[in-house]
Amino acid sequence: MTKRDLKLKIDELSSTLGTFKGLEIEVGRIYDEEWEEKMGPTPFPSVGTFRDWDRKLLERYKPFYMPFCDLCCLCTFGKCDLTGDKRGACGLTMAGQQSRIVLLACCIGASTHCAHARHMLDHLIEEFGRDAPIEVALNTNVEAPNIRLVCGIKPNTLRDLEDALDYVETQLVQLVAAAHTGQEGDNIDFESKAFHAGMLDHVAMEVADIEQIATLGMPKGIPDTPMTELGFSCIDPNKAVIMCIGHNVLPSVDIIDYLMENDLFGEVEIGGLCCTAHDNSRYNKRAKVIGPISWQLRYLRSGIPDLIVVDEQCIRTDILIEAEKLGVPVIATSEKSMLGLPNRTHDPPDNIVSDLVEGKAPGALIIEPKKVGEVAVKTVLGVAPKRKDYKPLSGDDIQKLAEHCRNCEECVRACPNNLPIMEAVQQAAEGDFELLGDIYPACVGCGRCESACPEDLPLITFFNKGAEERIANEKFPMRVGRGAVQDVEIREVGRGIVFGEIPGVVALVGCANYPKGGADVAKIAEEFLNRRFIVVATGCAAMDLAMIRDEEGQNLYEKYPGNFDAGGLINIGSCVSNAHITGAAIKIANIFAKRPLRANYEEIADYIYNRVGAVGVAWGAMSQKAASIASGCWRLGIPVVVGPHGAKYRRNLLGRKENDEDWVTYDARTGKEVYVGPAPEHLFYAAETAEEAIVMIAKLSMRPNDTTKGRAVKLSHYIDLHQKYYGIMPDDLVYFVRREADIPFTMKDEILEYLKEKGWVEDKIAIPDPTLLSRMVRRRE
Amino acid sequence: MAARMITGQTAEIAGPKKAFVIPKPEVAASMIKRATRPLLVVGSKAKEIKTKDGDLVDTVIRIHNTGKIQVVATAHIIGEFKKRGVEGIHSMQMMNLGDRLRDPEWKGLDGEGSYDLVAFIGTIYYMEWLVESGLKNFAINLRTISLNRHYQPNAQWSLGTVPEDQWRQVIDKISSILEEG
Repeated sequence: MTKRDLKLKIDELSSTLGTFKGLEIEVGRIYDEEWEEKMGPTPFPSVGTFRDWDRKLLERYKPFYMPFCDLCCLCTFGKCDLTGDKRGACGLTMAGQQSRIVLLACCIGASTHCAHARHMLDHLIEEFGRDAPIEVALNTNVEAPNIRLVCGIKPNTLRDLEDALDYVETQLVQLVAAAHTGQEGDNIDFESKAFHAGMLDHVAMEVADIEQIATLGMPKGIPDTPMTELGFSCIDPNKAVIMCIGHNVLPSVDIIDYLMENDLFGEVEIGGLCCTAHDNSRYNKRAKVIGPISWQLRYLRSGIPDLIVVDEQCIRTDILIEAEKLGVPVIATSEKSMLGLPNRTHDPPDNIVSDLVEGKAPGALIIEPKKVGEVAVKTVLGVAPKRKDYKPLSGDDIQKLAEHCRNCEECVRACPNNLPIMEAVQQAAEGDFELLGDIYPACVGCGRCESACPEDLPLITFFNKGAEERIANEKFPMRVGRGAVQDVEIREVGRGIVFGEIPGVVALVGCANYPKGGADVAKIAEEFLNRRFIVVATGCAAMDLAMIRDEEGQNLYEKYPGNFDAGGLINIGSCVSNAHITGAAIKIANIFAKRPLRANYEEIADYIYNRVGAVGVAWGAMSQKAASIASGCWRLGIPVVVGPHGAKYRRNLLGRKENDEDWVTYDARTGKEVYVGPAPEHLFYAAETAEEAIVMIAKLSMRPNDTTKGRAVKLSHYIDLHQKYYGIMPDDLVYFVRREADIPFTMKDEILEYLKEKGWVEDKIAIPDPTLLSRMVRRRE
Repeated sequence: MAARMITGQTAEIAGPKKAFVIPKPEVAASMIKRATRPLLVVGSKAKEIKTKDGDLVDTVIRIHNTGKIQVVATAHIIGEFKKRGVEGIHSMQMMNLGDRLRDPEWKGLDGEGSYDLVAFIGTIYYMEWLVESGLKNFAINLRTISLNRHYQPNAQWSLGTVPEDQWRQVIDKISSILEEG
């Protein structure tokens, strides 16, 4: 699709109708329609368009609210106490308030991706022009499944992406307005709106990623992307080191270009944290990935970086203060995160460099990426020699500081994971740093312990010291993010996924707020890779799963291939690449099952929900973006498992497997309503431990449409994992074994006996052509 | 002099309705004994927490053997009880349990009816905090008590924050009273 603005101005026109003077005709949009597929029922859906669909899901998966705050502080009537059955001055209940906060979180998340996409799009249009073509992946016709599905447009150029973003921005304003005092009051309607925000988020993320793939030469869905280096010690500290933090790749691209153009990679290292690191490595594999978001403070404290460049999202807001302590200048590059720095965008580059190198200014705000490239490289080359003699705290220094510990335990109480920090500090005071080193891999790097410490001990630096040896060996290969899944791959695996023979797709996504460190992510990934699930990863999770080696010294990226197939481990890319994961699910419905895609959201979501055994896992989910990404999955019928910290999102969406009436669906072949069992059982679920999560992921991969062979495969994994981690047989098989043929062959006798004890009745659970949509019934009996 | 800090994990302070502090172990034991249908929820930390009996799994087995309270293990911790040859302990995940506890129609883990008292022990602090918040607000007739070492504001009753040794003594005392009948 392309659109053009038409403007016709005629000073004077004589015709048979008469003479016209000063005639102006203006047409905003003319579409050259190249897409043969006819428009579906819901192009550019509004806030309430999918309310009925959402309510179907929310009827099954009722919110279990866990208020994080019992008060509402949003208007001047307040604070209002909403505890129990109280209502606020506006009439809102606790359930309403919690769902309202969920909506706001999802709006913040979706707005963040949308603003990111808009900023890049404006810049890329300026650089490449509105007519720059979009090519997202090789062997792929469905270039933008989320945009096609939601908006009903088929983008061909950067200009077309503007339409998608215009739509998302308009809708987000509506959603935020709904959270104003005295607007929405019903908690389920708030939840539906949160789903809407999530759906919009996937459109925005898709725009963000395809525009950068199309214009910046990032990998176009190839399975065998090159390996890059990841970890503390992938950076050569003898070079000048630039540390880029955030998510928006544009300033880093210009730093890399400047290094290339001036042949300076021999003198300068560029390392990234969080998604900027992913996207830098997608742009140029010489850019290193230092680690996930949680490593900001610990890497800075190492003293290695000589310059920090921040773009947007998930940046520590005290980064300037921290950097100043170490004599490291900071360049801010986004209007969304200006850090109080003076705007030097229009100053001559050499003046800025001089001020930063000489320490006259702690940092600078430079909005123009090209200028960032030049200033950053020149600055780091000037600063690095001055910082050559910098040494982090020695063991003696730390021991002396540790002696000041008051044993108050405030650090432990402040730690999100209650790590034994006080005990470790007490040991350090005796000159033993072992326990400090043990804390390092489990620490999420938030620094709350330091904030709580009455002696202001630099505890993150302490942990670094304890883990000195580990840090020196922290260097792992990571396959560079590949972007979208190719259409041709979908064709090959679609059948296996839909019929259950490929037991599931596990998407490991999100941030690094782990309960016990990142090793759990690798553990979860490997468990499912060994079982021939397809494992996809993005963001911090894609980094953390690289950091465990087996006995032969190999990590998961070295052991498993990068193609979208059973047993494949696919690094999709950064946060915004998450749209390709939902995109792959959408493409299964469209390409494999040939369901119409264009503006046909409900039917596609219904298909995915009933047939595609995909499960999202955000083990360290922390941000509002993670909330909106998950929310976009829920509306598509994809369940999401989070770690225990994810319970802080204020509610889970939980099914009740024992309530038979909740699990009735239409058989599209007959129109009859039939019982299909609780598959999937939950839509949003916080697991207490990685072991619990693993078992739950296997269970949530079951779908009503599974063939007997497929269900047997899925059940064998569920039962086996349950026995492995719980030490017992699951007690809910009666809800998932539909007929004898579903029972895994090797366990048949044992399970049949168990089922009979539980009063199992064969064929109670139907195997229909399942749909929740009455209109999808083909024939009524 | 700074204002007094409220005990509790930083940034997880309670709302207006906060737990009463259980003044002595006898009170907790008495609440359990007086309840008609009490339930003890044992969390995933049980194996890591040391008690006078060994670890918290051992202490919970001791309490389970009194027959005074049903026991449910969350997450994957049921395996530890099985390894130690204990039968009759239920298993249900924390979120599934919280969701059912707020439902007055739920028939309980044994199918005999809903519970009137739920005690938590060995749980992840913030997860218990959240589930108890859900119950405080949406199961207002359910009595919740926290037997962990750190004060839990969202329970109805909670042990106060005490040093480890003292907590071990308190738990041992509660177990002994329940054993006495």
